[in-house]
Amino acid sequence: MTATVTTDPGTGKPARGTTRGSGGARRGIPRIPDRIRRGGLPYLLLLPAVLLELLIHLIPMVVGIVMSFRQLTQFFIGNWGAAPWTGLENYEIAVDFDAPIGEALLHSFFVTCVFTFFAVGLAWLFGVTAAIMLQESFRGRGFLRTLFLVPYALPVYAAVITWAFMFQRDNGLVNHVLHDQLGITDQPSFWLIGDNSIYALIVVSVWKGWPFAFLMLMAALQNIPRELYEAAAIEGAGVWQQIRRITMPSLRLVNQVLVLVLFLWTFNDFNTPYVLFGKAAPAGADLISIHIYQSSFVTWNFGTGSAMSVLLLLFLLVVTAVYLFLTSRGRKGSHA
Amino acid sequence: MRHLRAAAAITLAVSVVAGVTGCGGGTSSDGGSNESPKTLTYWASNQGPSIEADKKILTPELKKFEKETGIKVKLEVVPWADLLNRILAATTSGQGPDVLNIGNTWSASLQSTGALLPWDDENFEAIGGRDRFIDSAVASAGKEGEPPAAVPLYSLSYALYYNKKMFADAGITAPPATWDQLVEDGRKLSKDGKWGLGAEGSNLSNNIHQTFVLGQQHGADFFDEQGKADFTSDGAVAAVKQYVDFMAKDKIIAPGNAEYAQNQSLTDFAKGRTAMVLWQAAATTFAAQGMKPEDWGVAPVPVPAGAPGAGKQTNSMVAGINMAVFRNTRNIDGAKKFVKFMTSDAEQKILCKTYGSIPPVKAAQSDPAFAAPELKVLRDTLATSAAPLPQVPNESQFETAVGTAVKELFADAAAGSPVTTESVKARLEKAQQTMQG
Repeated sequence: MTATVTTDPGTGKPARGTTRGSGGARRGIPRIPDRIRRGGLPYLLLLPAVLLELLIHLIPMVVGIVMSFRQLTQFFIGNWGAAPWTGLENYEIAVDFDAPIGEALLHSFFVTCVFTFFAVGLAWLFGVTAAIMLQESFRGRGFLRTLFLVPYALPVYAAVITWAFMFQRDNGLVNHVLHDQLGITDQPSFWLIGDNSIYALIVVSVWKGWPFAFLMLMAALQNIPRELYEAAAIEGAGVWQQIRRITMPSLRLVNQVLVLVLFLWTFNDFNTPYVLFGKAAPAGADLISIHIYQSSFVTWNFGTGSAMSVLLLLFLLVVTAVYLFLTSRGRKGSHA
Repeated sequence: MRHLRAAAAITLAVSVVAGVTGCGGGTSSDGGSNESPKTLTYWASNQGPSIEADKKILTPELKKFEKETGIKVKLEVVPWADLLNRILAATTSGQGPDVLNIGNTWSASLQSTGALLPWDDENFEAIGGRDRFIDSAVASAGKEGEPPAAVPLYSLSYALYYNKKMFADAGITAPPATWDQLVEDGRKLSKDGKWGLGAEGSNLSNNIHQTFVLGQQHGADFFDEQGKADFTSDGAVAAVKQYVDFMAKDKIIAPGNAEYAQNQSLTDFAKGRTAMVLWQAAATTFAAQGMKPEDWGVAPVPVPAGAPGAGKQTNSMVAGINMAVFRNTRNIDGAKKFVKFMTSDAEQKILCKTYGSIPPVKAAQSDPAFAAPELKVLRDTLATSAAPLPQVPNESQFETAVGTAVKELFADAAAGSPVTTESVKARLEKAQQTMQG
């Protein structure tokens, strides 16, 4: 870093003078073409980040992709090099939807889609509602803003394990309120096993995810000029019309990124189901991340697990690409 | 600008996604060496009431070893929930401890990775010979016909624990010896919010331990002679159904037990909410929960008829902890010395007494402490009527697949859905189909 800073004025100087280049040569510094000298600095500054990105993300990803083409079972994890190459066999197992493994993966994929739809939708809805409500200044606004951010700030494990306790059938708070106090259910319900587990999962995910939406949208709302609302009010627009015609269109860019990020986080979420349900999630809440974990770590078949991960990666990349293509086209249309 | 933003978003997406595919890599060298003869690292499993308690129990013993040999042992007590994953990671990366504890049911699975030192005759000689250990314990340390992957350290077996006062109140004079009696007694005890039997329906390993024994009694092994999964035999289906039926049909297990996985059934027992549990060496836990030793009794796990014995009269798995050495240790001689120390008669007596387990070393069993009523039941069971879980490479898949099937069946039973021979068979068939290799 220091080297870049000190050579910078040195390269800047001769550029200002009339004797371009000779100044550098005189001082014994090898001549670097201007084009590279001017354009190189940003890349040099980016280099540490790129290297770390390679080291932390891309290399493990490549290793994962390589693993997916090998028969990396328990017999070979001690010496990966000896694992036989299997070509596409792991993928064939994963996408053979008539066979149990593929069928289970497909089921898990659908469960994850449903879960993500509701979890992201509700998190966004709560976030946008709270952000709009807290737009006007009133007593206690700062306190509420802080309070709403608590779920986002809590360590995931501590938060989810607390939920797991609350969802217990016999001693949990949820059943105590729903069954004992309000009498809504005839008998205490199971939340951590059986079909209700998907509701438990969505509740925890929304609780954990909406503060992020709230934070982003609150920041975005600050940028909408107040005059727009005043003008609209004078023209006779009600609250709903203001939200529909001014707030939502102004939030559009933020929403596009926000929904994408929430989607990716939620679709990939591992911590929440793992802490809630342990190694074997109930069929109704068998999210794909847990499913892949079980397919690799619990059955010790890392080849098939990696193949499933790669498929997931491809799916998410395609969704992201299509999403960005559609939203950017929409944006271009609106500019025209 | 638009392209830049799209590129940034894609980079973000890739990095978020990467978390899924990421997995460390590396290869291990084979064969141990003596490069660092003065130190050892040791992963101990959590045997006492807490990690801290284990450290307190083991540290003085490790100091003794250091005094004897000059080798310093770096101890880490690893919780059960993490132990297998930690071992797998160590195997994959080649960066493991020198010596470690493993659950004995994992022996064959870990053996097949080739990461553990095989205990052939020469290695056994170095720790005093194979004959010092009880046969059934050595049989649960690896595949038959191959040198074991580990050495038995602590042995345990299952027993029936019952609440004496609840039995007396219900007019039951002796603990049940057969399953029919257990169900009959259980029905008498299950009333007024109290229940006959406790279970850990969401604990996959425990489900396996219980159904394995019932399977033995029905003549089912879950694996055929070639080591291939055989979960859907009539005996296996009957065994699983019998276990789940304690909740579904006999109604002697509380429905809430279907979601138990953190030993809540022991808490229920200690608080007098259930009258019986099938467990291994539960005394220390009961004491920690405030239950007095005179309030509970212990008896062998019931059998279909007659007395416990071999074959169809099996009434427990051979439970226990084995001690293994990582093959690529850099202190192979020190590691063997340490295993010898931990399995010496003197240390076996001290450690097994503290942990309430049975020494797998024959000579250590003569200590009078192991003749206390609870330990006598456990010891007799181990000696005469316990069988090791299948010692096959995909044992850990079996635990997950069938353990999950039983968990789902309990969930059905708890929700009031019928549990039939067909539904049991369907779940087991699904479990079997997910087994690869």
